[in-house]
Amino acid sequence: MPSLKDLRNRIASVKATQKITKAMQMVAAAKLRRAQTAAEAARPYAERMETVLANLASRMTVTEGAPRLLAGTGRDETHLLIVCTAERGLCGAFNSSIARLARDKANALMAQGKTVKILCVGKKGYDILRRQFRDQIIELIELRSVRQIGFENADAVGRKVLQMFDAGEFDVATLFYSKFKSVISQVPTAQQIIPAEFDGETKAATGLDAVYDYEPGEEEILAALLPRNVSVQIFRALLENGASEQGARMSAMDNATRNAGEMIKKQTLTYNRTRQAMITKELIEIISGAEAL
Amino acid sequence: MATFTFELVSPERLLFSGEVESVVVPSSEGEMTVMAGHAPVMAVLKPGVVAVSEGKGAVRRLFVRGGFADVGPDGLTILAEVALPMEELDAETLAQHVRDAEEDVADAKTDQARQAAAERLSQLTELRDALVH
Repeated sequence: MPSLKDLRNRIASVKATQKITKAMQMVAAAKLRRAQTAAEAARPYAERMETVLANLASRMTVTEGAPRLLAGTGRDETHLLIVCTAERGLCGAFNSSIARLARDKANALMAQGKTVKILCVGKKGYDILRRQFRDQIIELIELRSVRQIGFENADAVGRKVLQMFDAGEFDVATLFYSKFKSVISQVPTAQQIIPAEFDGETKAATGLDAVYDYEPGEEEILAALLPRNVSVQIFRALLENGASEQGARMSAMDNATRNAGEMIKKQTLTYNRTRQAMITKELIEIISGAEAL
Repeated sequence: MATFTFELVSPERLLFSGEVESVVVPSSEGEMTVMAGHAPVMAVLKPGVVAVSEGKGAVRRLFVRGGFADVGPDGLTILAEVALPMEELDAETLAQHVRDAEEDVADAKTDQARQAAAERLSQLTELRDALVH
């Protein structure tokens, strides 16, 4: 049976924790708004880019002259998994669900006898994956010092990926991130970026018969657009991730605050019961002491 | 005068969206003016200034550093690598862009990449000189 002092201490410590989780929830809510606007502001660019590329790609049906970023290397041996996660924890299942998706994919690929390389963007994913894939992880890119993710950050990652691709270090690249649907729902997503893939929907929507002029030439434009598309897709993934992370943290901290409240209630009840029991006990002692006289 | 839809987007934000009369686009093959009913064209941009006429003689000028212009049936879209309104552009930012370009030239590994980077650098310096004077 804990003493009254123990109970008081316990309640005080839960209260302190509740204050922290409450503060974190409010900070996450404020950051979420910013991250969401950033993600929304970046959307038109990525969408237009996709339309333009899908348009170009649909007319580049000749496979011989097609750039490697679009057609692939013709092999399917080495896969690069780019795993984008958060830099910080305490955001529910956010990091682990992305990592799980990447892990399943990596295991499936390795079971098929393919070579897997992993590039981690964000420390948390690295921490989770490194236990199982120590030899597969080639690099960790930390964005901890970055307050607001700018295009330069994504571009740096994109360039690195392209450099590796040009050096023939992998054949297929897949991007793992969490798509922001709403504050309570984030969907871990795998997206193949090299060779570039377009869903039939965009293709159909842009399948206009308009005769396009190209300045300078079709191939030059495509050659310039494709590497850029890699960076743009990574940028979009990072922004979606940023919003998802804050959303996940907000709901995780909301839960924690509520749980702490319940805990305080329960502890206070026990505290009061114990206190009353002690008073009763003391009274009985005094009365029986007086009777004995 | 007939108008058409013009959108200028950079990776970070949508800078301009609306109905305009004409837009001067710094394409890599030379400047071109896009007006309503322009034939579909896809052009690579060089660093330069996009001049937007919104009608009644008002002209908005925006700096772009490379990118693509896409004229389609539904208007003109510019996907810029870096874009900002001329009012926000000062000598310091421009100098920074020139330094970046110089680094790109130094970093270039292949002849082709070096040539492309050098070309961009010369376009940038040209633009800087034109703006300063």
